[in-house]
Amino acid sequence: MSEETIRRSELMWGAIAAFAVGIMAAVIVVSSFAMAIHPPSNVETIDPTTLNTNSEFAESNLGTRVNPDGSVTVRIVATQFEFLPRCIPVPKDRQVTFRVTSPDVIHGFLIAGTNANTMVVPGYVAQLRTVFGTAGDHLMPCHEFCGLGHSEMWALVKVLDGAQWKPDSSGKISCELPR
Amino acid sequence: MNYRVKNLILAHLSVSFATLAAAAVLGAWQMTVRTGIDPPFATPETYFASVSAHGTIMGYVMPTLFTMGFGYFVAVTALDQPLPSMRLAWAGFWLAAVGIVAAIVPIVMGKATVLYTFYPPLTGSVFYYLGVLLVVVGSWLWVALMIWAMAIWKRDNPGRPVPLAMFGTVANAFLWLWTTGGVAVEIIFQLIPASLGWTQLIDVGLARTLFAWTLHPIVYFWLLPAYIAFYTIAPQAAGARLYSDLMGRLSFVLLLLFSLPVGMHHLFMDPEHGTGFKFLQAMLTALVVLPTFLTVFTISASMEIAGRLRGGKGLFGWIAALPWDRPMVLATCLSFILLGFGGFGGVVNMAYAMNAMIHNTSWVTAHFHLIFGGAVVIMYFAITYWIWPILLEQEAADVRPLRLQLWLWFIGIVIMTFPWHVLGLLGQPRRIATFDYANPTIAQWQPWVFVSMFGGYLMLVSALLFVWNIATLYRAQPDGDNRMQYAVAVYPPTRVPNALNSFALWNWLLLFLMVVAYGYPLGQFFLMDVYPGLVHRVDIGS
Repeated sequence: MSEETIRRSELMWGAIAAFAVGIMAAVIVVSSFAMAIHPPSNVETIDPTTLNTNSEFAESNLGTRVNPDGSVTVRIVATQFEFLPRCIPVPKDRQVTFRVTSPDVIHGFLIAGTNANTMVVPGYVAQLRTVFGTAGDHLMPCHEFCGLGHSEMWALVKVLDGAQWKPDSSGKISCELPR
Repeated sequence: MNYRVKNLILAHLSVSFATLAAAAVLGAWQMTVRTGIDPPFATPETYFASVSAHGTIMGYVMPTLFTMGFGYFVAVTALDQPLPSMRLAWAGFWLAAVGIVAAIVPIVMGKATVLYTFYPPLTGSVFYYLGVLLVVVGSWLWVALMIWAMAIWKRDNPGRPVPLAMFGTVANAFLWLWTTGGVAVEIIFQLIPASLGWTQLIDVGLARTLFAWTLHPIVYFWLLPAYIAFYTIAPQAAGARLYSDLMGRLSFVLLLLFSLPVGMHHLFMDPEHGTGFKFLQAMLTALVVLPTFLTVFTISASMEIAGRLRGGKGLFGWIAALPWDRPMVLATCLSFILLGFGGFGGVVNMAYAMNAMIHNTSWVTAHFHLIFGGAVVIMYFAITYWIWPILLEQEAADVRPLRLQLWLWFIGIVIMTFPWHVLGLLGQPRRIATFDYANPTIAQWQPWVFVSMFGGYLMLVSALLFVWNIATLYRAQPDGDNRMQYAVAVYPPTRVPNALNSFALWNWLLLFLMVVAYGYPLGQFFLMDVYPGLVHRVDIGS
């Protein structure tokens, strides 16, 4: 085996490895640019120390709401150790925008069984859009350690189909946790 | 062992393995808690203190002390010269030792239950941060000694290639210096002032970004001793030569370059960063796969040479002909398998938007336990079995317990982490003490959690067997030849390009990459109006 043979085999393998990495990168480029699939990344700041006087995240404004233009927005405050509200109804087959923030420490937002996922960092509004294709219940755990009560911090997302989806005249809709 | 470094190296490795055994006990207990069995002492306080201790030891203490000890070993054996300063080396050890105690005591007291990632606003005892910082400062003395030792050798051997093992060790020293920059700034300028009560507000986004800077390359710092063993010990153990010395050098510099400007892939799901730099760092992360591909090729080729020299025939016959009874050969193969599984999980993690599926779920825990706990730590074991006879001038009386220990570790980590991947895809979050399996939505998780627990206990048995092996199995061999011999390349280089014999060029390139990758993501916190969070102390009250 000559030194030349070794070099040639290495160059060939280098090309194969570069090709493999190129394929991986290409998949990411196509899915992000052509299909516009991105992680939740709207850099929107909010003062966590005055969240109690912020009108968007006032208690009466939290939860699920159908906007005048027909779109659906869910506003959530993640705080030690619960989500407000704890039961979140959403419609099936319609785009839903989640807006989540925290007044205290870092929390996590994950709707189990879906790819709805974001960190909730105090000082920022985490926003993500998604569509639920099937009706049913999903657990929504806090997925970042937020203190000793962290394991108890869960909400419930109820995906409702046409017959069950009945917002009131102001566009609000809520649900109750099962006892 | 020449140059009076035996006690220095033994001190580092002993602390590393003692803490490893303790953290393995905690890990097995944590997994028991997660099954819902409700073992003794299980409360949220004890569970999260245990997770904090397990992570702090396995992330900051065990690999750092091992890498320092192994680095000193390489510096004296590969260069065949004394360390530039024994006093500085011992100073580094004692700084780290004091740091370990300072960090662990507040965790045990429940005053630093912030997990090893210590994301603010949660803020623990100042002694915890000072302790971690002391470990890092101690390791910086090691960095200085490695760079210094190589400089002395090059001065005395002008024009000659630095031995590959030392070249890899110094690559790791530079890598570590760069890596620790982020967390050191975070601890000194953000966490210590907050934990002392000097500040009430803390920039959470900045802290997370500085931590991400450290959190990815730290994995490569853990990994490099394993790679050094792949290139410079495994071919020797198999009875052959290294296929290519040049490929080793190239892999080490590529690891140095591309492990650093990539940490933001830990922040894909974070709201404080836009898509642009997340995307850029995803692309850079893809490049760090390259040196691993090169390594797997070169080492497999070296092993093929060994197998054929031993009479192996045919396309795959050489594999059966390898000396599988030797722990280093066995561990290298098992490590490659785990590297493959863990690498697959990692590619999913780094794939930008796909990360949403598994971010902060058990999938991530599975990934880094496979890569680090599996592929890397199994090589720490094999390296120790290899260098122990040289350090102690003793031989293992029986190698079967060594092989059994490696197999147990391998089987244990596979049984532990495969269910975690499934659970992650099902949406099980990591870092939760207890689950309400009575809830029908998650009842299906429980059997998987049970299976993974058995894997965890196999690993615990393996960790304890390892300590028992190195403590009791080695016996004096009066006529044995206990000199360290590194693998020689098929064509040993007589001269190598200056770029592959020094690090100045790569450090400048890395500086450029870091400015490109982190300049704006860090700068934005000073350019835009950010709102800091309120410091949230967990160490006050009773």
